[in-house]
Amino acid sequence: MSRPLRAAVVVFPGSNREGDVARALKQATGEAPAMIWHADRGLPPGTDLVVLPGGFSYGDYLRCGAIAARARVMDAVGAHAERGGLVLGICNGFQILCEAGLLPGALMRNAGRRFVCRMQHLRVETAQTPFARRYRSGEVIKVAIAHGEGNYAIDAAGLESLERDGRVAFRYCDAAGKVGGDANPNGSINDIAGVYNARFNVLGLMPHPENLIDPLVGGTDGRGMFEGLAA
Amino acid sequence: MKARVTVTLKSGVLDPQGKAIEGALKSLGVAGVAKVRQGKVFDIELDAADRAAADRQLADACEKLLANTIVEDYAVEYV
Repeated sequence: MSRPLRAAVVVFPGSNREGDVARALKQATGEAPAMIWHADRGLPPGTDLVVLPGGFSYGDYLRCGAIAARARVMDAVGAHAERGGLVLGICNGFQILCEAGLLPGALMRNAGRRFVCRMQHLRVETAQTPFARRYRSGEVIKVAIAHGEGNYAIDAAGLESLERDGRVAFRYCDAAGKVGGDANPNGSINDIAGVYNARFNVLGLMPHPENLIDPLVGGTDGRGMFEGLAA
Repeated sequence: MKARVTVTLKSGVLDPQGKAIEGALKSLGVAGVAKVRQGKVFDIELDAADRAAADRQLADACEKLLANTIVEDYAVEYV
C-alpha cells in the first residue's frame, strides 16, 4: 500500500472498546483512526478498514448486536465490504456482523452460562489473509476474552462450508496449541473463535487482540493483527 | 389490531438460560417440571387493513428484526 492504512472505528451507544482498538490502530499505522457515529450515513472517503469494536451496543437489547446491525451506518459498512473493503468485528462487533448477515452464523449464550473474562490462547488457522499475515498458520497466540455470548452456532451445511473453504480464522486452544476441550471457553462449535466471509475481507472474532499490544498489560500477541492490516 | 409474537430457540439449539430456570424450579421444589425452554414475547399494536396485511407486516418484522432465524423460530397469534 502506497499510503498509510485509513481506518474508521464505528461507535454505537454502548460500545466500550473503541478506545482500545483506536490505540492499537494508531500504534500500528501511526495515524489515529476516524471515529464514526452509528447514525452517520457514510464512511470517510478513502477508508480501507472499518472496525466494529467490542462493548454492549444498545445494552444487548433483543439480542447482542441485533439493533446495531440495523443502524444507519451499517448500510455504508455493507457497501464497503461489497466493494472488497476490509471489515473487522471484535467481540460485540462480531455479533453485529453476524446479525447484519455480513458473516454467517450466530453468537449464543455461553454454554457454561457465565460471562468469561480471562486470557485465552488461540490457534491461527490461516495466515493467508490481510488480517493474519503477520502470524504463521498454526501459530498459538495469547489474547484476552471477555464475553457472555460467544458460543458460535451455525447449521451443518454452513459449518461444512466454513471448514471446507478454510474460513475458520482462529480456534480456542491451550498454551500448547491443543484445540478444544477445557480450552473452549463458551461451547463454540468446532472451537471456533473467529470466521472470515467468503472473500476473506471481513473478519469477526470474539477475542480481543487490541488488548494485547503492550507488555505492561500481559503481552503483545495482538499487535500482529494490526501490523498485518497496516502493512 | 393486536398481535402477540413469540420467539423461541429452534429445537436442538442449546438454551443455557432455560436450563438455569429449570434447575431453579427444581430446587424450589416445584413438582413435575421436566424441561424448560425460554423465549421472548412481543405484544404489538398494528395499523393494518386486514388480517392478510397484518400477517405480512408481522412476518416482515420477525424476519428483519424480532427473530434471528438462524437460531430462532417465531409464531404469531392475534389477541
